[in-house]
Amino acid sequence: MIISMDLELKDIPGQLVHALIPLSDFGANIMSVLHHHDQPTPSGSIPVQVIFELKNGRLKDIITELEKNDIRVVTVGKKRLYEEVTVILIGHIVHNDMSDTIDQIDNTGFAEVVSISISMPGINEQSSASLVINAEDKNKLIEAMNILKTVAEKKNLLVIEPIENSFE
Amino acid sequence: MKTIRLSIIGFGAVGQGVARVLRNKRDYLVHLGINLLVVAVTDSHGACIDPDGLDLRAVLQRKKESGTVATSNASSLDVIKNTDHDLVIEATPTDIETGEPGLTHIIESFKHGRHVVTSNKGPLALQYKQLYNEAKKHGVIFRFEATVGGAMPILNLAHDALAGNRIISIEGILNGTCNYILSRMTEESLSYKHVLGEAQDLGIAESDPTYDVEGIDTACKLVILANAIFEMDVMYGDVEVTGITKITSEALSLANVENNVIRLIGEVQDGNKRIMRVAPRLIPKQHPLAVGGTLNVALLKTDTAGPICISGKGAGSMETASAILSDIIVICHKNT
Ligand SMILES: NC(=O)c1ccc[n+]([C@@H]2O[C@H](COP(=O)([O-])OP(=O)(O)OC[C@H]3O[C@@H](n4cnc5c(N)ncnc54)[C@H](OP(=O)(O)O)[C@@H]3O)[C@@H](O)[C@H]2O)c1
Repeated sequence: MIISMDLELKDIPGQLVHALIPLSDFGANIMSVLHHHDQPTPSGSIPVQVIFELKNGRLKDIITELEKNDIRVVTVGKKRLYEEVTVILIGHIVHNDMSDTIDQIDNTGFAEVVSISISMPGINEQSSASLVINAEDKNKLIEAMNILKTVAEKKNLLVIEPIENSFE
Repeated sequence: MKTIRLSIIGFGAVGQGVARVLRNKRDYLVHLGINLLVVAVTDSHGACIDPDGLDLRAVLQRKKESGTVATSNASSLDVIKNTDHDLVIEATPTDIETGEPGLTHIIESFKHGRHVVTSNKGPLALQYKQLYNEAKKHGVIFRFEATVGGAMPILNLAHDALAGNRIISIEGILNGTCNYILSRMTEESLSYKHVLGEAQDLGIAESDPTYDVEGIDTACKLVILANAIFEMDVMYGDVEVTGITKITSEALSLANVENNVIRLIGEVQDGNKRIMRVAPRLIPKQHPLAVGGTLNVALLKTDTAGPICISGKGAGSMETASAILSDIIVICHKNT
């Protein structure tokens, strides 16, 4: 699970380390830290946003530990959907129960179709659609893609996926 | 000076290209210490044979004027079996059902102790292992750079220039006809049917385009890469293939909105995640694989050199002959 946490630190040296140690102690994989030094709160604290992945569910322990260190936990949000892919579908998309195709992804709970644009040239012609799918992580995204491919095969739709490798 | 006797089996676009290149490069080859003598040329009608070396200009002329090179009705197989020579250039049509007549030509050449250079994909896509073993058994060299990517030196790149690297995966555009169609559809917002017709008029697509547009040609080339570079021992039937016939101009516009193009990509990857697939894919416009027109391109992922990308003309008489010439020179060097 990907978690986004807003914290407030006292504006004295060493506070950020106090905030991050409990996270790593309880097995969180820190993905990003945004330190808003330029936007102090009226009381003079520094807002910090941390995004991390946590697989062991020990969120409560982390919060307790942070508060012990005198760090204010302002909000905890589950930023679940992190990986994104755009795919194109070609075929009789609308006639083949479009909403069912989307539901099959959304019903997983770990992935969802976040946007879709359809181009329909004529009633009996094939339509084309661009779908953006988000998922919790890379593996879940692959799982969602596999579901989409299975559904598409049943409905005789062509799925065009992006290439895997970037040139870097 | 080393004299190498060779035959050209099949005298169409590629065979004639080889004859022209050998004529153009005569002095250059002599400079390399190689004296090439073409002792026989064949087409579907028969053969012309001269143990002292044919006059290639006259052979090209005769083919142009009378439609055949034949001055005798000896078959290609007769030449391979009975004419004394060192190296066979096999350039007959590709047949991916049987591999013939190329398959028999190549195996008989090996049995008679002759090295083989070919541009014919059929035998390799069907019987790679057998051919590899036969060549080894008879102690001759078998090279086929021209079968994949035309002028683009992908096999030599992987084997020689990148020696020491492990090749992790190859993704590429290996069919110029499909690439032309998809590029034109994107640029002009035209339908598949319209652009196919245009490509047929230009001679870029065959009157029966199935072999290209259904991805079969790309799949054959992928099999050759899988066997020759990844030592996979696979056949045409092992590839998951989707062609480009269903691609709509609307799909290309939707891709364009996200700064992508759609191209027919062949992909081969070894290891625990074995992949062999031909399918239309989305590619960012600025990605090196997003080439236009009839170009071919390949992206090799390597363990040490990182990604390496090459692009070039995937077909054409002289371009294909260039790949064949490089194979001939390698054999001449190894043979001295
Ligand atoms: N063209 C390219 O750019 C290109 C690129 C890469 C690979 N290739 C491959 O290279 C090979 C040759 O291509 P191409 O374009 O030169 O084809 P092509 O123009 O059709 O020429 C084929 C030649 O083979 C001859 N032939 C047919 N059956 C024969 C037989 N049983 N014995 C002897 N000769 C026979 C034909 O004779 P006739 O002249 O009497 O008909 C013709 O001369 C094919 O396998 C092709 O896939 C071609």
